[in-house]
Amino acid sequence: MNIIDTIFKFNGGIKADTKKSVSTVRPIKKIKMPKQLILPLRQHVGKVAKLKVNIGEKVLKGQLLAEADGNVSAAIHAPTSGTVASLEKQLIPHPSGLPDYCVTLIPDGKDTWVEKKPINWKKIDRKETIKKISESGIVGLGGATFPTHLKLNNNNEVKTLIVNAAECEPYITCDDMLMREKSAELIEGIRLALHLLGAQNAIIGIEDNKPEAIEKLALLIKNDANISIKIVPTIYPSGDAKRLIYLITGIQIAKGKRSTEYGMQMFNVATIIALYKFIHCGEPSITRIITITGKVRTPNNYEVLFGTPLSDLIIDAGGKASQNGSFIMGGPMMGYKLPSVNVPVTKAMNCVIDAEPEMIENNNPVLPCIRCAKCAEACPVNLQPQELFWFSQSNQFEKAENYNLFDCIECGCCSYVCPSNIPLVQYYRYAKSEIISDRYAKEEADIARERNDFRLERLQREKEERAKKIAERKANTSSDEKSKVIDEKRKAITEALERVKQEGVSEKND
Amino acid sequence: MLTSVLVVLFLALLIGSILGFSSIKFKVDGDPIIDKIDSILPQTQCGQCSYPGCKPYATAIAKGEADINQCPPGGEDGVRKLAELMGVEYKPLNEEHGAIKPKSIAIIDEDTCIGCTLCIQACPVDAILGSAKHMHTIIEKECTGCELCLPPCPVDCIDMIAIQENTENWKWKYPVFNIKNQKQRVSH
Amino acid sequence: MANNYLLIIISTVLVNNIVLTKILGLCPFMGVSKKLETSISMSAATAFVLTIGSMTSWAINHYLLEPNDLVYLRTLTFIVVIAAVVQFTEMLMEKNFPFLYRMLGIFLPLITTNCAVLGIPLLNAQASHTLLESAFFGFGGAIGFSIVLILFASLRERLDGANVPLPFKGTAIAMTTAGLMSLAFMGFIGLDR
Repeated sequence: MNIIDTIFKFNGGIKADTKKSVSTVRPIKKIKMPKQLILPLRQHVGKVAKLKVNIGEKVLKGQLLAEADGNVSAAIHAPTSGTVASLEKQLIPHPSGLPDYCVTLIPDGKDTWVEKKPINWKKIDRKETIKKISESGIVGLGGATFPTHLKLNNNNEVKTLIVNAAECEPYITCDDMLMREKSAELIEGIRLALHLLGAQNAIIGIEDNKPEAIEKLALLIKNDANISIKIVPTIYPSGDAKRLIYLITGIQIAKGKRSTEYGMQMFNVATIIALYKFIHCGEPSITRIITITGKVRTPNNYEVLFGTPLSDLIIDAGGKASQNGSFIMGGPMMGYKLPSVNVPVTKAMNCVIDAEPEMIENNNPVLPCIRCAKCAEACPVNLQPQELFWFSQSNQFEKAENYNLFDCIECGCCSYVCPSNIPLVQYYRYAKSEIISDRYAKEEADIARERNDFRLERLQREKEERAKKIAERKANTSSDEKSKVIDEKRKAITEALERVKQEGVSEKND
Repeated sequence: MLTSVLVVLFLALLIGSILGFSSIKFKVDGDPIIDKIDSILPQTQCGQCSYPGCKPYATAIAKGEADINQCPPGGEDGVRKLAELMGVEYKPLNEEHGAIKPKSIAIIDEDTCIGCTLCIQACPVDAILGSAKHMHTIIEKECTGCELCLPPCPVDCIDMIAIQENTENWKWKYPVFNIKNQKQRVSH
Repeated sequence: MANNYLLIIISTVLVNNIVLTKILGLCPFMGVSKKLETSISMSAATAFVLTIGSMTSWAINHYLLEPNDLVYLRTLTFIVVIAAVVQFTEMLMEKNFPFLYRMLGIFLPLITTNCAVLGIPLLNAQASHTLLESAFFGFGGAIGFSIVLILFASLRERLDGANVPLPFKGTAIAMTTAGLMSLAFMGFIGLDR
């Protein structure tokens, strides 16, 4: 065990008031079983999960509701026992505020588990274990929701596992509380993840504003030479994957490369604990820790079942669930305004803030960009935010791309420091989604062109074949016979003509 | 006087022979611009441009026979890109070739369909499945929304449905601010 | 001697810039400066034509016109020579860079009537430069033209994204920018000597 404190500081970033202490005074709480659970079929990056149960069917806790569709997808399990009531479009936590397909589950209150099947990971092949994990529904619980089995299964040799315990965004404390209360599970989970990755050592990257968690973890890894802790300063966004890797190792992941190409893989603490629960206890991904904070009376962390209505949590925390549209999901830097509180808790929901009005609506006057380049100083990715803004706001997307728009992690540091109050990240998001939809349209056009070309070729081929057939048929009706018939006809005609001539001659002679 | 005529004549002969030689040497064959134009066109193959498909229209533009503003599915954006590529001024879409519509796909009302296969023959991208006297259906993913299947249908069982915004194709919007809500600028 | 050539280059590029100080060649300066990419290729084409053109014009002036006392034919013969060089460049471009050829469009043959391109050989003849001097003069003029054209195109590309008041949109703001650039280049006066 060792605590390392040499770090490699990245450029930029901001030191903001973290406002974390308000939600760490009380232990993680559970609330009573809600009346219904709403489970969106899309809670992860990739393809929508395929429904595997019928409406009206009774399911047990942990039973598969929808299976992963292909490799880049994740399964969804029943968070409790009950009846599948419906499959319909309902409001989900998504920045668009648009509804999506959700399964509604009415709990029966008994909370009976299906037969749990823990996996003896030390005995069986790790590839097989990873295959089992692809059915667990575990996705990156830090908020990215990328299917975890894909991160375990990669072609590059991974030497180091980096555990992302930085949790750099203000307000959010769910990982901190998880580490305090489930530190033993976390360490066991890290050993498991090391085995699955075939990695030798693990480094826990944690911000220095979590002394209690650091102390607990340090105690547990005292005798383990493979796991170490690295304390990083509290600078937002130290929790971004590439920033944290740089802080810990001093290695910069080049544009377009993955960390695994450098022998590193990163998991969030909550994801590791979900892995631990699945392998050791046979429990699929059905709960998570979520921070409810902000203006609510008792800010708290909750361990909740996926699908729990957010309004239940808000009411339990002493907030007013009636004031729609003033809640932020995620942190104040990268989060977005929820369309309503009547949305379910999903795999991505790590924090909900009952927000002050000024956190949602930027009421300060938006002034022109004066090119002060404060944003360039703050950018942790070393981009030129003022140039990106200039090209995004004028729809010059190609140039924005040339300025590496897609390397932007949308951390919001630039907007935070902008003296003109320009919501820069909103412009980047707009430009990015325009570019992505353009690319998609282009792909579709290419497919259409290919299909059209193929059709034209087919028509041409059919035409040629038909012409060939006709020619063959002609050739087959034996040419001798034909010519005979024609010869006879010709003969008859010439004879007739001659007769007419002769008659004419004789007439003249008369 | 005579020398000046001779000098000019000499120059003309010299330059003429040099240019004549180089025009043979640098002869251009083929026109790569057609593919470039074709890649801008939306490939709906709808024929609204009065050419039988996107490629023929691209060829016509390259030859200078067709104007750049005859493609409604490509929209104003498409015209702008073509203008940039061809180095000509942007001009608004020619309304004779139809108006801009939201991107939509064809849906066959499967109860009314009599299985005549006429739409299958009309579809430029083979996006309709079915056989004689059996119900037809459209592969949504492949449909370009060209509407070419509408006129041949004897029972009018094909409808064009505009694609709705959902969580998958949703885009972040251009930031707008409510000026009324903004605090007044402090005047000094 | 080398000093002399350096002086010619500095003078033509900065002090007596053909576009901004002599106000020659404004047609491509306004016409091809919308995109950086086209302006770069336009500058390259013009530089080529100018250097070759001023050298051949010198040869014609020196070996054909002056010995035969036909100096009055200068403008006529120079135009013919330049037209030929432009034609030649056009063929080269169409063969090797068909997209650039398309993008430059009418402005490529219009190099022929570019007053800068005709102006420089005439100025050469007036100043009775030697062959090398004319080549430097032509090349320097071309570099000056290119610098200004590329700078201006970059400015205009950025201006595309600016929130320009409606009456100033398009050519108006471009003209204003050109004027300001011209003012800025006046700062180079007094650099030599």
